Amino acid sequence: MSDASQATTQTKRSFVQSLELDMRLMGMIGAFILIAVAFNFITGGNFLSPRNIFNLTIQTVSVAIMATGMVFVIVTRHIDLSVGAVLAICSAIMAMTQARWLPGLGIDLGSPLIAPIAILIGLAVGTLIGAFNGWLIGYQGIPAFIVTLGGFLIWRYAGWYLTQGQTIAPLNETFILFGGSEGTLGEALSWVVGILAAIAAVYGVWAARQSRIRHEFPTKPLWAEFSLAGIAVVAILGFVATLNAYSIPKGKLRRMFEARGEVMPDGFTQGHGLPISVLILILVAVVMTIVARKTRLGRYIFATGGNPDAAELSGINTRLLTVKVFAIMGFLCALSAVVAQARLQSHANDIGTLDELRVIAAAVIGGTALSGGAGTIYGAILGALIMQSLTSGMGMVGVDSPLQNIVVGAVLVFAVWIDIQYRKRTGIK
Amino acid sequence: MTIDRSGTPLVEMRNMSISFGGINAVDDVSVDLYPGEVVGLLGHNGAGKSTLIKMLSGAYKPSGGQIFVDGNPVQIHSPRDARELNIETIYQTLALADNLDAASNLFLGRELISPLGFVDDAAMEAETRKIMGRLNPNFRKFAAPVSALSGGQRQSVAIARAVYFNARILIMDEPTAALGPHETQMVAELIQQLKAEGIGIFLIDHDVHAVMELCDRASVMKNGKLVGTVDIPDVTDDDLLSMIILGKKPGEDANAD
Ligand SMILES: Nc1ncnc2c1ncn2[C@@H]1O[C@H](COP(=O)(O)OP(=O)(O)OP(=O)(O)O)[C@@H](O)[C@H]1O
Ligand SMILES: [Mg+2]
Repeated sequence: MSDASQATTQTKRSFVQSLELDMRLMGMIGAFILIAVAFNFITGGNFLSPRNIFNLTIQTVSVAIMATGMVFVIVTRHIDLSVGAVLAICSAIMAMTQARWLPGLGIDLGSPLIAPIAILIGLAVGTLIGAFNGWLIGYQGIPAFIVTLGGFLIWRYAGWYLTQGQTIAPLNETFILFGGSEGTLGEALSWVVGILAAIAAVYGVWAARQSRIRHEFPTKPLWAEFSLAGIAVVAILGFVATLNAYSIPKGKLRRMFEARGEVMPDGFTQGHGLPISVLILILVAVVMTIVARKTRLGRYIFATGGNPDAAELSGINTRLLTVKVFAIMGFLCALSAVVAQARLQSHANDIGTLDELRVIAAAVIGGTALSGGAGTIYGAILGALIMQSLTSGMGMVGVDSPLQNIVVGAVLVFAVWIDIQYRKRTGIK
Repeated sequence: MTIDRSGTPLVEMRNMSISFGGINAVDDVSVDLYPGEVVGLLGHNGAGKSTLIKMLSGAYKPSGGQIFVDGNPVQIHSPRDARELNIETIYQTLALADNLDAASNLFLGRELISPLGFVDDAAMEAETRKIMGRLNPNFRKFAAPVSALSGGQRQSVAIARAVYFNARILIMDEPTAALGPHETQMVAELIQQLKAEGIGIFLIDHDVHAVMELCDRASVMKNGKLVGTVDIPDVTDDDLLSMIILGKKPGEDANAD
């Protein structure tokens, strides 16, 4: 290698270093871009069309929501094999509540009360099941693997008994809004959300810098802060613009106008914008990231994962912590059940089948270490997105489904291998 | 400097016992500690020293015995209880979360909280920089997880954690085991300084010379039992060694049983 090229690599390195970017995150984004560009090339531009990006996003939401909870579970050195089954029973209970039980009490399926009551009951049940799992693990000392392997069999079939194995449809109109394409914010509101998010991102960068200056800690160069904030703003607004570019089909628009008793003007178009389900995922991601980084609960989750004895000796109640972690997981399963059921517009007994594997794979591809103590929320969401991209991309290309599974399985193992190599190189545990 | 032992002791552990699976790890051991005093705990590997002090720090529940702090009987059921009594411990295993940085470890379980209720990492890092500046001025790795630190650096984080929270009773389980001569000297000076502030210290150390130099009294254990407690000025290195090895107090007939 010539001297000149060596000099460039060196300046490049210091450029990246002064950005202080998380290399693992960069790797994942790189892999994702590679996958997306490759499929886009093979499908002649279909993969990165607004329509496909929209679909990809709403298909990712349910697994991504649960993956954020799985990060906490795995960080504390546990595992949850029951998330698909818990999703199924929450879905069964919510479907029965809106289509059978509440109508039986005289509140019919069209009532505005249906959706909130069904969702609250679902979330409560999910949280309780999760807390119960956590109690069995933390206080009774049964390994998480066993408790949730049992739950894997129990909860889906408990749901089966509730519905007698029937598929339940139709669902409440308001409830269906949480699924994706039926419930979007429209163009104007999406821009508002996008701009608010961009402002929040810039403020975040600025506030972090101010805090470091206040304590007289070293700071990044100004241009690095500007680039970071710039990248974030472009990414957020670009995402909103893409979702806005996917127009609502003519027929559906006409029906929407008719429902309001109006006539659709000629040549009228309207983009979908942000789906409500994606908004929920973003909210979950923000809250879970704050919990992980900025609260005692999060600090204790990571400390316990890093060294359970040290956590215990520091006065942390690690048993109660286990209950909390699994309760959060259960709550998120129920939230995913809302999204998944609304997207499918029905409850079927096989809802969420194999989700436990997708969720664990998403968290692990996203850099969550099974040995505990390490993992990020954004990583898990990116992991879910990468997996969904692979699956839908292969579907679009026409790869048959047995081969799809083989590829996804291989990618999981490969991703973990890369991660181990990376940790070895950098000396991170 | 002589220690005034006429008042009530800072801590008294009376007739402490604990067993693991039928083996008496600590068997009817009584020790006490006065303000400004350093009491050495000596004994061969597996004698029960760490187990004894873990009952004081709340890590183990004793099966017998009673603990008094300032003459009052206390119940210590958890590390949290011990911390509330201003008992701080540097464990032999250091008890650090390897994946967290120095500041997070120092404040683990007692995080500084911002007005909004979030953990205040910047404030904790600032405090950590202050105390580390005093204990180990060469320490720079504030952003790295403690797994990236050397044994001595990890030790100084563990010591900083015990010292920061105004301990009245400090338990040090082999605090210099991983340290070089210079750092060992710094710990010795720290012990003198804390002692002058009226803090009582239990010091577990295998180095008899260090114990002779730093301690006011020494309690020797063997096979879970207390061999005896001696005033350091009254004994020689050899006396202590024979207590550890033979399990007899000086002057006692080594053959009597
Ligand atoms: N958690 C435990 N479970 C079972 N046995 C234990 C436990 N902790 C200590 N022991 C046993 O109790 C005895 C005393 O151990 P302890 O750690 O107190 O020794 P020590 O005096 O601190 O030794 P060292 O100088 O090697 O640190 C040993 O026989 C040990 O095997
Ligand atoms: Mg020991």
